[in-house]
Amino acid sequence: MTEILSGLLLGAGFGFVLERAGFGNPNKLTGQFRLTDWSVFKVMFTAIVFAAVGLMVLEQFGLVDAGNLFVPPAFLGAAALGGALVGAGFAIGGYCPGTSVVGLMSGRIDAAIFLLGLLLGTVLFASIYPNIEFLTTLGEYAKADALPDAFNISSLSINIGMVIAAVGVFVLGSWMESKSKGPVSSQV
Amino acid sequence: MNNAEAQVRPAAYMNPLVAGVLLGMVLLTTFVVTGHGLGATGFTTRLVAWIGMNVAPVATNTNDYLGGMVEEGKPLNAWITWQVVGVAIGALLSAFLAKRIHIKLDGKKFLGGSKRPMTALFGGILAGFGARVAAGCTSGLGLSGAAVLSLAGFTFLGTFFAVGLLASRFLKEEK
Repeated sequence: MTEILSGLLLGAGFGFVLERAGFGNPNKLTGQFRLTDWSVFKVMFTAIVFAAVGLMVLEQFGLVDAGNLFVPPAFLGAAALGGALVGAGFAIGGYCPGTSVVGLMSGRIDAAIFLLGLLLGTVLFASIYPNIEFLTTLGEYAKADALPDAFNISSLSINIGMVIAAVGVFVLGSWMESKSKGPVSSQV
Repeated sequence: MNNAEAQVRPAAYMNPLVAGVLLGMVLLTTFVVTGHGLGATGFTTRLVAWIGMNVAPVATNTNDYLGGMVEEGKPLNAWITWQVVGVAIGALLSAFLAKRIHIKLDGKKFLGGSKRPMTALFGGILAGFGARVAAGCTSGLGLSGAAVLSLAGFTFLGTFFAVGLLASRFLKEEK
């Protein structure tokens, strides 16, 4: 019961914020790749930095046990290949998997078609899985799963670096937006 | 502007910094409560297993990838299912309050013009396949994986944006 409730509530928060930011709109989402609308970078970087710093602080106070957090395994070749395919799918289809749900809920038929494609892509993957299973464990980095262990730097240093990078994204993005058509508004 | 116009005019999108902080709060809370981040394709994969179980039970049961999910007969019985249902509810509520619900085929201008249904379908297939190779999507591996400073998360984000930039060069804007 609590699992159902936490899923529904956290998911609702996720979906609500994505829609607020305009991430149900394929024109806005792909504006990041045309470099005319930097909302995707700005929102993602801010959220990543907020959560990373927040986890670090909560760990310091003993409120979160780092050992209990899920860290995806370092199959870096698989992550790179999958990232490339999802990136291409995003640029061509106008959504990523999560934002296509948001697009559908705001009435977009193309988002429903994207979701159908998503299911077909999954069927395709499952049907040839024995032949391509090796792709999912490609390029394993055995030494570490996370940046602090891999490079032997503290989480604090990495988080400071990420804050600086995020500020850079806002400055660069806002400058490029001012030089182009700028962010896609909700009123078109 | 008269009142009727004011009523149908959609609200402006939220400032990205504010939206980013709010998204960060949701993501952080998710880690604290569940130990993992947010996702999407964990659900769509289970949905495929569920459909397969009902449409082609033999093939699904013997499938190396989906078989394990249907073993107990309830592939949708997972936290991620409720989270994605929540995403749909939250998005619907936000779009409704902002008067942004419009039934339409969107994205024609930048994504293929009259071929928009094809770009949506093809993009979906690529993303669906790619998310299974990486065992995660933009939310599950990119956003959540980067928040725990994982190498896989940052690697995913790197090629995601590089190839996205490249692929969007091939799409011409309709005048």
